[in-house]
Amino acid sequence: MAELKVTAIREGTVIDHIPAGKGLKVIEILRLNRPNGGVLLLASNVHSGKLGRKDIVKIEGKFLSEEEVNKIALIAPTATVNIVRDYRVAEKFKVEIPDEITGILRCANPNCVSNHEYTVSKFYVVSREPLKVRCHYCERTMEEEDILGNL
Amino acid sequence: MEWKGRDVISVRDFSKEDIEFVLKVAERLEEELKEKGSLDYAKGKILATLFFEPSTRTRLSFESAMHRLGGSVIGFSSASSTSVKKGESLADTIKTVEQYSDVIVIRHSMEGAARLAAEVAEIPVINAGDGSNQHPTQTLLDLYTIKRAFGRIDGLTIGLLGDLKYGRTVHSLAEALAFYDVELYLISPGLLRMPKHIVEELREKGVRIHETTDLEGTIPELDVLYVTRIQRERFPDEQEYLKVKGSYQVNCAVLKNAKESLRIMHPLPRVDEIHPEVDRTEHALYFRQVFSGVPVRMALLGLTLGVLEGV
Ligand SMILES: [Zn+2]
Repeated sequence: MAELKVTAIREGTVIDHIPAGKGLKVIEILRLNRPNGGVLLLASNVHSGKLGRKDIVKIEGKFLSEEEVNKIALIAPTATVNIVRDYRVAEKFKVEIPDEITGILRCANPNCVSNHEYTVSKFYVVSREPLKVRCHYCERTMEEEDILGNL
Repeated sequence: MEWKGRDVISVRDFSKEDIEFVLKVAERLEEELKEKGSLDYAKGKILATLFFEPSTRTRLSFESAMHRLGGSVIGFSSASSTSVKKGESLADTIKTVEQYSDVIVIRHSMEGAARLAAEVAEIPVINAGDGSNQHPTQTLLDLYTIKRAFGRIDGLTIGLLGDLKYGRTVHSLAEALAFYDVELYLISPGLLRMPKHIVEELREKGVRIHETTDLEGTIPELDVLYVTRIQRERFPDEQEYLKVKGSYQVNCAVLKNAKESLRIMHPLPRVDEIHPEVDRTEHALYFRQVFSGVPVRMALLGLTLGVLEGV
């Protein structure tokens, strides 16, 4: 049924099983909404056996870097990534929150040195459910809401 | 664990074995110092003390430790006297200063500044306080003081009194004490209780914890009473400060039901949390605690410099 709503892509990436409502955030953090990008499709509130409702993002002509996959994991831990070549799923995997998150998240502590000096930010995952990370520099713990606001 | 070249940034980086090792080396240095008057392990070595934020006591303690080890000291005691004022980055300051020295001690108002300095520098960096985050040498000297006074840390009942909410010192001390078999009484005004996540973490590590507002009722149980100042500058709200200001004062009347062996500690400076009449009693351990900073810092400087093979 989903096929009727969303065109298949020839080559690129399909991010499936995104929690409903988080699809736009995925697009935003991957900066896919740039004018010179390829074709981008978002399906929102699609029926899902696993999640009830889910979002799906399809990106023509783009394959994700490891860093991008890690970003997705932080906001959509249930997501699966499908790599499509010649209209077929060539590879499929679940995103996974890594033990260390490097470079993709800003520290929420305004007095943290990482917000004032040139550094590559780094966080350690303290807990995945609920998501909690600790800043390598200031050692403060950030929870989900702070994490989403600082991606 | 290889100590030469190691950074001392956070109590989190230490294992119980690391802590015990530092305390043991400090003890040997203290004995040796008593015997010989001065030592020369760090002869020819230079310590740079970079105090971007002033803290005279901590700086003097490090300087004294380096001199007693036979080394020398350079540095500054406020950011306004350096090129930081001209907009130089912390990283550049560190890379410059390490050309002049063998070990760096840094104090900075920003959290994480010491960690960043350690990443930038090739030489060892010791954190002397980064904002409200860590002050690991204070924690080590607190443990050392307890160990010297009682010969052990295991089996003691320790009360932490005062501002347990904002007090950086008591947070790291409590975390380090979790390595030992201790019973903790957390004594504070309701508004200044130890943060829940720290209490939970301590309980998970098997520390027996009692939270109370009652100092006099708790005193008879304690071997150590660790007093902290309620620091006005840490309060986001002046009204909140006024409500708890002067909540507790340790004086001879409060101490009448204490064990004879009770020892009182305080990271100093104090305001009115401990009455000066307590100074003359056997209970007062806080000036001895200040002294402990020297052998502990000597141990850390010597170990990270890699000059203590003979100890
Ligand atoms: Zn931080």
